[in-house]
Amino acid sequence: MANVTITVNGKSESREVEDRTLLVHFLRDHLGLTGTHVGCDTSQCGACVVHMDGIAVKSCTVLAAAADGAEVVTIEGLADGDELHPMQAAFREHHGLQCGFCTPGMIMTAVDMVQRHGGNLDEKTVRHELEGNYCRCTGYHNIVKAILDASGKMGGVQQAAE
Amino acid sequence: MYETTYHRPGSVAEAASLFSSTGDAAYFSGGHTLLPTMKARLAAPANLIDLRNIPDLKGIQASGDSVTIGAATTHAEVAASNDVAGAIAPLAALAGSIGDPAVRHVGTMGGSVANNDPAADYPAAVLALAGTVHTNKREIAADDYFTGLFSTALEEGEIVTKVAFKVPETSGYAKFRNPASRYPMAGVFVAKHKDGSVRVAVTGAGNDGVFRWNAAEEALSGNFSADALKGLSVDASGIMSDIHGSAPYRAHLVGVMAGRAVANLGTLTMD
Ligand SMILES: Cc1cc2nc3c(=O)[nH]c(=O)nc-3n(C[C@H](O)[C@H](O)[C@H](O)COP(=O)(O)OP(=O)(O)OC[C@H]3O[C@@H](n4cnc5c(N)ncnc54)[C@H](O)[C@@H]3O)c2cc1C
Ligand code: FES
Ligand code: FES
Repeated sequence: MANVTITVNGKSESREVEDRTLLVHFLRDHLGLTGTHVGCDTSQCGACVVHMDGIAVKSCTVLAAAADGAEVVTIEGLADGDELHPMQAAFREHHGLQCGFCTPGMIMTAVDMVQRHGGNLDEKTVRHELEGNYCRCTGYHNIVKAILDASGKMGGVQQAAE
Repeated sequence: MYETTYHRPGSVAEAASLFSSTGDAAYFSGGHTLLPTMKARLAAPANLIDLRNIPDLKGIQASGDSVTIGAATTHAEVAASNDVAGAIAPLAALAGSIGDPAVRHVGTMGGSVANNDPAADYPAAVLALAGTVHTNKREIAADDYFTGLFSTALEEGEIVTKVAFKVPETSGYAKFRNPASRYPMAGVFVAKHKDGSVRVAVTGAGNDGVFRWNAAEEALSGNFSADALKGLSVDASGIMSDIHGSAPYRAHLVGVMAGRAVANLGTLTMD
């Protein structure tokens, strides 16, 4: 067994778990944070994407024990109280989801994308960088629209904060 | 996935001694090959020895003659490195083309080179750029390192610490990706070195994994242009055949990718 302490959405969480526990199961089964989904369990689909130490990772392919000491942000950690994160708001505005299964991973991937590229995202880059996130419903068009819209707004937020 | 015990050593020496003392163990870097293999129960090491937090295995150094990349350096770090892009642009682009952004944030150069998947990108760069694989015991020239499908000259418990890539006069990489897995079905790294020698390494296609295409090297040594490759084809008998493509199809792709790599020096050309 491994004693694992991970700061999740700003709160330090310690659990004793089996060494083989995946980060996604630590989040879902041990912390009850079921916003992070398991779509494939084979590292392909991106439904499980969370941020670990500030970058997007597939939490079905990270061991909880290897994340000991890390800071993790999940979809539950994005909104500010009742106010949606600009990326969440843009997905709602642009109908970037249908069944919603892929959405947590899409949004975490999208926020990471904007953080790396700043306001300089174009459609080609967005489509290319969604390579590891599968959506079986939307056909991606509205997801791409939502990310481009939010990228402008998030860029503005970052600049205002500086 | 079967039960396992996770270890996080702080140094290369500690990792190696854990490997020998625990018996049934596997090194664990990004885990982006090993964990999927363990989930499929194709591997079940009783101990995992995590290398990613060992400072000696991290980082990138560039000099005029070589670019040295620590084994635990992620694909994203290589892709974003100005040192790598400045010295060998196609190498940075290659790292930036592996998998997807989340895979690149975690997967490492050393894991890829140790694993030697016949469809992996890095082995082509190591071989074409006359790389030297440094381990905790010795230095191995690329020509002696890759020994077949998923097999290398590494001995039991030996750790890849870094790989030194020779800075060429010019180089290029082109790959045709499997539309589903996105791994190369044929990837060709072409390098013209400062001593005038030419190396052409092919990944994704060979029955025995990455290989040097000698006929293309000879043709390019006389005339380093895509024209020199016209009419040349690789012998299909050593080429992989599976549901994604027959050996003659892949052999043809190798020729096309080699031509594209030479026509687009200094870049990565895809699809
Ligand atoms: C969805 C997906 C898409 C991918 N697409 C591509 C692609 O397009 N092209 C491509 O090339 N790769 C691709 N990969 C593979 C990816 O690049 C892996 O990260 C890489 O092959 C292995 O690196 P790792 O650090 O994850 O190694 P690990 O999984 O940790 O280890 C792999 C093997 O190497 C051994 N090992 C690790 N480090 C060392 C070391 N320093 N010394 C000795 N042995 C060591 C381990 O014991 C294990 O056997 C993809 C992976 C995924 C999940
Ligand atoms: S559940 Fe992790 S990538 Fe699909
Ligand atoms: S909205 Fe259903 S999978 Fe994307």
